[in-house]
Amino acid sequence: MLAALIIVFREVFEAGLIIGIVLAVTRSVKHRNRWIAGGVLAGVLGACVVAAFAGALSQLFEGMGQELFNAAILGVAVIMLTWHNVWMARHGKEMAGELRAVGQAVAEGSKSLLALAVVVGVAVLREGSEVALFLYGVAASDGGTAMSLFSGGLLGLVLGGAVCLLTYFGLLRIPPRALFTTTTVLITLLAAGMAAQAVSFLERANWLTALDTVVWDTSWLLSEDSILGRTLHTLIGYTDQPTGMQLVIYAAVVLVTIALMRLIGSEPPRRAVAAG
Amino acid sequence: MFASLTTRTFAFAALCVAAMLPLSAANAQQATELQITYDGAFQPSELRAPAGKPITVKVKNNTAKAMEFESKTLKVEKVIPSKGEAVVNVRAQKAGRYEFFDEFNEKARGNLVVE
Repeated sequence: MLAALIIVFREVFEAGLIIGIVLAVTRSVKHRNRWIAGGVLAGVLGACVVAAFAGALSQLFEGMGQELFNAAILGVAVIMLTWHNVWMARHGKEMAGELRAVGQAVAEGSKSLLALAVVVGVAVLREGSEVALFLYGVAASDGGTAMSLFSGGLLGLVLGGAVCLLTYFGLLRIPPRALFTTTTVLITLLAAGMAAQAVSFLERANWLTALDTVVWDTSWLLSEDSILGRTLHTLIGYTDQPTGMQLVIYAAVVLVTIALMRLIGSEPPRRAVAAG
Repeated sequence: MFASLTTRTFAFAALCVAAMLPLSAANAQQATELQITYDGAFQPSELRAPAGKPITVKVKNNTAKAMEFESKTLKVEKVIPSKGEAVVNVRAQKAGRYEFFDEFNEKARGNLVVE
């Protein structure tokens, strides 16, 4: 039971952090629960499908299917997070301020909700497929322990949910005006970290070998597998042994996000001008 | 302006990909190939490989459960479905002893000795 608890919690932990952030970001948007719940549900269903076809998936691309699938999925999340940031740079101010009619802000808000729902779905899919595979395997091989397995898994899930709530309420303690800036920074670093993770998957698949030497090793200081290490890994992409390419991509995502936010966000939306 | 920006982004991405392709083809060849089977424990529990060369480990999972072949020091992590087989790529390593284990059953452990 303890093994099931630990494994499920470890996998759900990362998804919990991401969902907590997304919930905080969309705090003021109506119907956000529907979108986020939809993302979680789609992620769970996707995870089951991935687990069912795990064997076939690993055989793809000369045995590197799993790595490439993970890299692709992370890539989708990075694009969605960046899009959200750029979108918010353009419309966020109106939503946060009292400039706009609430109804309009809601309509606008749900556009970026789709991107965030995808991010949530992707996070659940990635972590959930391992959980599904593990639980299915244990249940199939020794059915006698099904009950303790179930309770362990459930407890792990509850603890993972607690991480999500802690993140959410932690972020909500930040005053609303600062929250926008905080979450923008958080989402940018989240995206950059995911891009660096995608690079590591491509490196493992031998699809990316340029600049693949480890630049530094801080595992003695903060191991990636400690709770703090894992938290920072998810939130800002902390890696104790980053490769050159991981650092390059990390920096590139941050710079591209800033550039896009400046370029697109500085152009005032037409309707706001008309209203003002 | 938006259109030109996207074009530029794509061009940049294409350039990045193009720059990496030739290198990946060259590096993929000279790897040391190792094999290991898993039936609740690793067989053999000790693998050997020369230093400074990439390694590929073919892991065969004979159990009815999924397993995750993981090594913190080698930075590898790969889920292997029940009765399945997978290839794990390990980048060139310095001489040393690297421990690996099944993340779903941490009692099952083994070592890769690089010398």
